[in-house]
Amino acid sequence: MSDWSRAASNRAVEDPAIEVETATGNRGLQIEENLIFEQGSPGRCGVDLVDAAPFPARLGGLERQGAIGLPGLSEPQVVRHFTRLSQKNYAIDTGLYPLGSCTMKHNPRLNEKLARLPGFADIHPLQPASTIQGALALVDTLAHWLKTLTGMPAIALSPGAGAHGELCGIMSIRAALEARGERRSRVLVPESAHGTNPATAAACGYSVDSVSGNLTGRVDVGALKAKLDTDVAALMVTNPNTCGLFENEILEIAAAVHAAGAFFYCDGANFNAIVGRVRPADLGIDCMHLNLHKTFSTPHGGGGPGSGPVALAASLAPYAPLPWLVHGPDGLELIEHKKGEANQAIGRLKGFHGQMGMFARALAYMMSHGADGLRQVAEDAVLNANYLRARLESDLSLSFPGLCMHEVLFDDRFLKEAGITTLDFAKALIDEGYHPMTMYFPLVVHGALLIEPTETESKASLDQFAGMLKTLAAKARSGDAKRFHAAPRWTPRRRLDETAAARKPVLRWRPEAVALQAEE
Amino acid sequence: MRYLPLTDPDRREMLAAIGVDSIDALFADVPSAARFDGLINLPRAMGEIEVERAMSRMASRNVAAGSVPFFIGGGAYRHHIPAAVDHLIQRGEFLTSYTPYQPEMAQGTLQYLFEFQTQVALLTGTEVANASLYDGATACAEAVMMANRLTRRRKAVLSGALHPHYREVCETYARFVGFEVAAADPAPGGDEDLTGRVGPDTSCIVVQNPDFFGEIRDYSELARNCHDVGALLVVVVTEILSLGAIVPPGEMGADIVAAEGQSLGNALNFGGPHLGLFASRDKFVRQMPGRLAGQTVDVDGRRGWVLTLSTREQHIRREKATSNICTNSGLCALAFTIHLALLGETGLTRLARLNHAAAVSLAERLEGIPDVRLLSRTFFNEFALQLPRPAAAIVDALAEKGVLAGIPVSRLYPSRPELAGILLVAATETAMSEDMDHFERALTEALS
Repeated sequence: MSDWSRAASNRAVEDPAIEVETATGNRGLQIEENLIFEQGSPGRCGVDLVDAAPFPARLGGLERQGAIGLPGLSEPQVVRHFTRLSQKNYAIDTGLYPLGSCTMKHNPRLNEKLARLPGFADIHPLQPASTIQGALALVDTLAHWLKTLTGMPAIALSPGAGAHGELCGIMSIRAALEARGERRSRVLVPESAHGTNPATAAACGYSVDSVSGNLTGRVDVGALKAKLDTDVAALMVTNPNTCGLFENEILEIAAAVHAAGAFFYCDGANFNAIVGRVRPADLGIDCMHLNLHKTFSTPHGGGGPGSGPVALAASLAPYAPLPWLVHGPDGLELIEHKKGEANQAIGRLKGFHGQMGMFARALAYMMSHGADGLRQVAEDAVLNANYLRARLESDLSLSFPGLCMHEVLFDDRFLKEAGITTLDFAKALIDEGYHPMTMYFPLVVHGALLIEPTETESKASLDQFAGMLKTLAAKARSGDAKRFHAAPRWTPRRRLDETAAARKPVLRWRPEAVALQAEE
Repeated sequence: MRYLPLTDPDRREMLAAIGVDSIDALFADVPSAARFDGLINLPRAMGEIEVERAMSRMASRNVAAGSVPFFIGGGAYRHHIPAAVDHLIQRGEFLTSYTPYQPEMAQGTLQYLFEFQTQVALLTGTEVANASLYDGATACAEAVMMANRLTRRRKAVLSGALHPHYREVCETYARFVGFEVAAADPAPGGDEDLTGRVGPDTSCIVVQNPDFFGEIRDYSELARNCHDVGALLVVVVTEILSLGAIVPPGEMGADIVAAEGQSLGNALNFGGPHLGLFASRDKFVRQMPGRLAGQTVDVDGRRGWVLTLSTREQHIRREKATSNICTNSGLCALAFTIHLALLGETGLTRLARLNHAAAVSLAERLEGIPDVRLLSRTFFNEFALQLPRPAAAIVDALAEKGVLAGIPVSRLYPSRPELAGILLVAATETAMSEDMDHFERALTEALS
């Protein structure tokens, strides 16, 4: 930003006369946009379809009666509506998106192009195997890359996202224990874990036993060992952990877990920090999910779709969910039922075979980088995070001193005196044109601010981001609390009332008369 | 590497600022025994041209549905997707944004999720829908688990005409989550009567409409039977477009609707990503899995949207969450919403009618072939044929002739020889009359 533009924007803030109500409620490029249900007209349609000639229906007299209530819009209305909605979003395409543990990296467009090739996008999962050999080859190649990168002998590809991969892993572990004739009841989860870890363990019938951290932000190995016994099915650890730190005693942890006869599950959400430099198998891990939408750049799409393949050690491989992909006499084939070598499989976790569209994108990403580029990814991701740490540690309060991995954790001590919360600070970033970092997570520090820049940010971008944070931190310390409490001011909507939303949920549009009636 | 902006001078300068002399120093916490030195044994970086060549070669070894007469359904349907859909979902502000945790920066995502939820509720005839799950099969398992929570019972009864993948996913979850599923025998022909299966320990009955074999049924009475003994009715819909033509599950008394939404806006994608739809009653909303977008106001009193009721979810409730789901199918939901916005009431009902017309026309042709019997008395755009010989061999033979003829039921029920002659055939608006001619001729030849 030049000094000239900064001067101009400062003047606008200071002069209240400039804040005028517009006739439309729009503010320049910020356009108000009603719901599609408030824009439709009966009979209008954005798709030209012929009306089928009369024919004898075979619906058994169950024809839908009455209107569905869908609005009628033309194509230009629809295109404008969704374009305007898109403009109310922040995205990695528009700027640095430093959400810790989310790995918001650049999403290459080549991947989008290739996933849309008719040979991948326009094939049916139940076509005869002879007509999908290329698709199976893609899956096989993806599996080879992921197995090689993790050092694990098997990979389950069907899980729909990371949390689904966790289910797959914990189910496989339970199946392996049952095959040994053991019924263990607890899963150990560090305090710093993602919420999905305890939710997954509980969903699989385990009680969750929380393991405390030590003063350096890592698993307290002593506390862990005290909890390890023959009733523990698994330990679920994220490594690097959600404090952005590598579990430096991981080999000892793995040995202790194995000595207790338990399995070592790793949440691979943070694999981006070590891809190409560390193979999880070498850390003693038995099972790890990979978020293709994190490390391997498949787009987050505003909340999905994801893909959560699970790498499995030999001890868990027999329990991998269906389908299995194998090399047969006529080429690649899918084993879709429990039989032969797959008779111990835990069964099916999802319809069909997995997130093919994501596989194609992830493979294009890996092939583009190659072994050398992927190693560089980890190195640059860690370098970028440490650079931000070095630039910011005297301005914000670093939770754990020393080097970090791909993300850096701060807490709210630097805001204490100022009467500003982590939320206020995050909202002020929005006015500066940045998406906030992950807030209030992990739970092990007060008012967490977790920053993950990823490797796809340039040094200039990091410098600008760090400069902005330094300025905000200085403003916070100087007692300018108002600016933080009022933030954000320059977004399509300012702070939204989440309490009201939850107290009286309005989860769908209703015609006004019906909505009023419902309120009475 | 084209995606990595740091230059070597940048890296040196940054290492100096950090105060270390090498990248390796940043990885000091990794135990030396676990460090992988050198390059992992995989190919080196490639340019766009090379990657495109390699992957195009793989793609060309597949028979794309659009390149041949194509009649496969079974829970994934090939429909025409208007060009605007794919253009709009590729806008970077949608494609490359995260879950809308900061609502002021994600009103676009939140508003379309609110529109999506409304569309799904309208289509299914229910009161409330969530912001999507992974796919129809996992939505079905989540529906059963929600019914278990609501009724405090642990036994679900599954129709024998439920998609086998949905049944199998429920069975997997049941084994590990700890509940019981009793699956009825496969039931082609629409005669299944589950009334006698509902008991005081039943949490829910799960049926599918149109069912796996194509049949359309009225489940109103079954809903009443369930409610009489405190059980819930879960209705699965694997072809959401059918609800443009037939009575929706909500109007039949369904308590939970678990559906696959791929048909609107989403390509076949070899089975994923697809789009799990999940809808229910207002009074059950606090037991629903997955994200919900809700309406609220900002500090200036202007209408806006947020993610709400998140105390159900894993990031707040951890081990007490209603589901462990986090990432769902956001972009697929957007594609669905845009396609349905383009169609509107008129387009949806027309499209549904075109599908039904195509299927009726094809069924009439095929049931005229000697020894071929139409098993489905009613159907929407997919029906079951009884062939005089195992359907799997016929499908392979037709594939050789360039016709993708449908699904041999034996592929999904390999241990049920009595079903080996059944072929499931789907016809959507994309099936042309000449495709049907081609299919009819090829099937006649294969059977003669």
